[in-house]
Amino acid sequence: MTVLAIKGLNVSFSTGDGDLRALRDVSLEVPARGIVGVVGESGCGKSTLINAVLGLLADNGRVDGGSILFEGRDLTRLAPAEMRALRGPGIATVFQDPMGALNPVLSIGRQMRDIQYRSPLGRSEKDARSAEFLRRVRIPDAEAALARHPHEFSGGMKQRVAIAMALMMEPSLLIADEPTTALDATLEVATIDLLKELQEQIGCSVLFISHHLGVVAELCDDVVVMYAGEVVERGSARQVFNTPRHPYSALLLECDPARRPERARRLPTIPGSVPDPRRRPEGCVFAGRCPRRVDACRAPQGERAMEPGHMARCHLAEAG
Amino acid sequence: MSAAGSDLPGAGRLPTSARLLRSVRRVAREPLGALGLVLVAAMIGGAVFADILTAFEPNRISPRDRFLGPSFGHLLGTDQLGRDLFSRVLHGGRIALSVALLSTAVSLAIGVALGLVAGYGPRWLDNLMLLLFDSIKSFPTVMLALALVTLFGPSLTAVVVVVVLVNVPGYARIVRTRTLSIKESEFVDAARSMGAGTARILRTHVTPNVIGPLLILASMDIPVVIAIEAGMSFLGLGVRPPTPSWGAILNDGFAAIRDTPWIAVAGGLPIILTTLGFTFLGETLRDVFDPRLKGRG
Repeated sequence: MTVLAIKGLNVSFSTGDGDLRALRDVSLEVPARGIVGVVGESGCGKSTLINAVLGLLADNGRVDGGSILFEGRDLTRLAPAEMRALRGPGIATVFQDPMGALNPVLSIGRQMRDIQYRSPLGRSEKDARSAEFLRRVRIPDAEAALARHPHEFSGGMKQRVAIAMALMMEPSLLIADEPTTALDATLEVATIDLLKELQEQIGCSVLFISHHLGVVAELCDDVVVMYAGEVVERGSARQVFNTPRHPYSALLLECDPARRPERARRLPTIPGSVPDPRRRPEGCVFAGRCPRRVDACRAPQGERAMEPGHMARCHLAEAG
Repeated sequence: MSAAGSDLPGAGRLPTSARLLRSVRRVAREPLGALGLVLVAAMIGGAVFADILTAFEPNRISPRDRFLGPSFGHLLGTDQLGRDLFSRVLHGGRIALSVALLSTAVSLAIGVALGLVAGYGPRWLDNLMLLLFDSIKSFPTVMLALALVTLFGPSLTAVVVVVVLVNVPGYARIVRTRTLSIKESEFVDAARSMGAGTARILRTHVTPNVIGPLLILASMDIPVVIAIEAGMSFLGLGVRPPTPSWGAILNDGFAAIRDTPWIAVAGGLPIILTTLGFTFLGETLRDVFDPRLKGRG
C-alpha cells in the first residue's frame, strides 16, 4: 500500500526572463508506515517538491506534468478547498526553522488549541490533548508549558513542539523539511530518535528532506537522491548507500566526512556548480561536473533499473 | 516608510494585565510620565465625575451672573451668558474624551481591516488602496473638515468622521507594512501547511502581531484628536452652541479677551494641559515598550 506516489512530476516557475523548470520528471513512492529520505544539495528542488505536494507553490509556479497520488487521489487535480482539507489531517509538515515556525506573540497552548479547530472537542479537552502530545515529545511539565510563549523555549524544544503540533493532526503522511538542520549535533540525534519512535506509535509515513546523509542513512528505509530538479538515483537506503550507481550519488557519499576512512586536511568537493535551471542541458544534468562524462551523456537520460527497487538516471550505471 | 513597520516600538507582544501594571509603574517613575499620568487622570476623573464635582448645570443661563471673575462659587468664573465655566470645562472634557475614544476606536478598526486587506490581498488591490490612502492624506485637515461640514452640517459626527479620515490612512499603512512581512514568515507558512485558511491566518497570526505597535501609536494620536475636536468647535464646525466644548468655550472667550480673559483661559488651559498630558504619557509609554531602550530608566 502506497501513501504517496509521485509520477513524472514537472514543476515550472515563470520568471521575468523565461520559464524556470524547477522539477523535471520526478518520481518517488512513500509506502505506508515507510520513511523515505530525499537528499540533495541546496537548490536541487527539495523545497519545491514539498510545496508541490502541499499545493502551496508560489503564485508564479505551476505543475505542468505528472501526478501526485496521495491515498489514491491526484493532488494536482484537487480544488483548493479539498487540498486545504487534506493539509493537517492528511499531510502535516514540520519545517526547518524551529525559531520561526511558532507565532511569537501567542502562547504554545493557544497555538496548539488553534490548530485543532476542526475537532469537535471542547476547549479543556483540546488543551488536555495538547498537553498529552507535549508529554509525548518529552516537554517537561507539559501543562505549565502550554501557558508559555515560544521565546521561553530552547531551539530543540521548539522543534519538538512543532513535531507535536504536526503529529497531533494524526496525519497519514508527515513531511519533515530538514527538521534537524537548525539544531546542534546531540539534539539532532535525540530529535531523530524521537521522530522515529513517534512515527512507529502513530503509524504514519514520513517524507524526510535532508542534506545530512548520516541522518538519512540512520532513519530512512528508502532514499531518493536529487540533483538540479531531477531524481538521479532511488532505492533502499542499503542499496543507495552501499552501492551507489549514479556518479553523483557516489561523489556525494565520498564528500560525507562521516563516511571517510581516514581524516583528511581537506574534504573532497565536487568541482563545478549546479546548472542554471533556465538553461539546463538536454542530456544528463550532471554531465557538466561528472568525471566519467562521455559523448553519450549529451542524450536525454531515462531511469534505468539496477535491481528491484533501485534505479539510476545514468546510461553508465550498471546493474549488479 | 516601508522599514518603519518592524522598527516600531512594542513590536513584541501585547501586554497582559500583570505587565500592564508593571508598565504603569515604570511610566510613573519617569518625571514626564508621572506628570502625564496626573494630567490625564485629572482630565478623565473630571469628565467622569463632572456631575459630582460641580453644583452648576453646564448649560444653565443666568443673566445676573454674566462675566463673573473666578471665585469660590465659580472656580473659573462665568461666561457671557452667566454659565459656570468650571462646570462647562468638566463637561467639555466628556466631549473631548468621548470624541477621542470613539474616533480612535473606529479609526483603529477600519485601519486594521483595510491594512490587512491591502497587505494580504492581491497586488493590484494593494496599489489601489495605497493610492486611496495617499490621496486622503494629501488633503489638509482643515479643508477636509470644511468640506465635510459644508456637506453635512456641523456636528460631533462630523468631527468623528474627520478624525477617522485623517487617522485611517496612517494606521492602515502601518498594518499593511507589518502584514507584508508577517505573511512571509515561517509560522504563517506552517499554519497554511496545516490547512489554515486566509481568515484564520489573519485572525490568529497576523492581527496579534500587528496590533501592539499600533495601539501605542494610537495613544500618541489622542492629543491630536482632542486638538482637532477643539479646533473644529472653535471654528464652529464641531459641536452645536449650547453643548460645552473646550474649543467653543475658547471661542466665547476670544470675543471678550481684553475685558474678561478668564473665559479664554478656561477654554484654552484644559486643551493645553490634556494635550501635554497625553503626549507625555504616550512618549513615555513608547520608551517603556521600546526594547532598544529597555533597562535605561
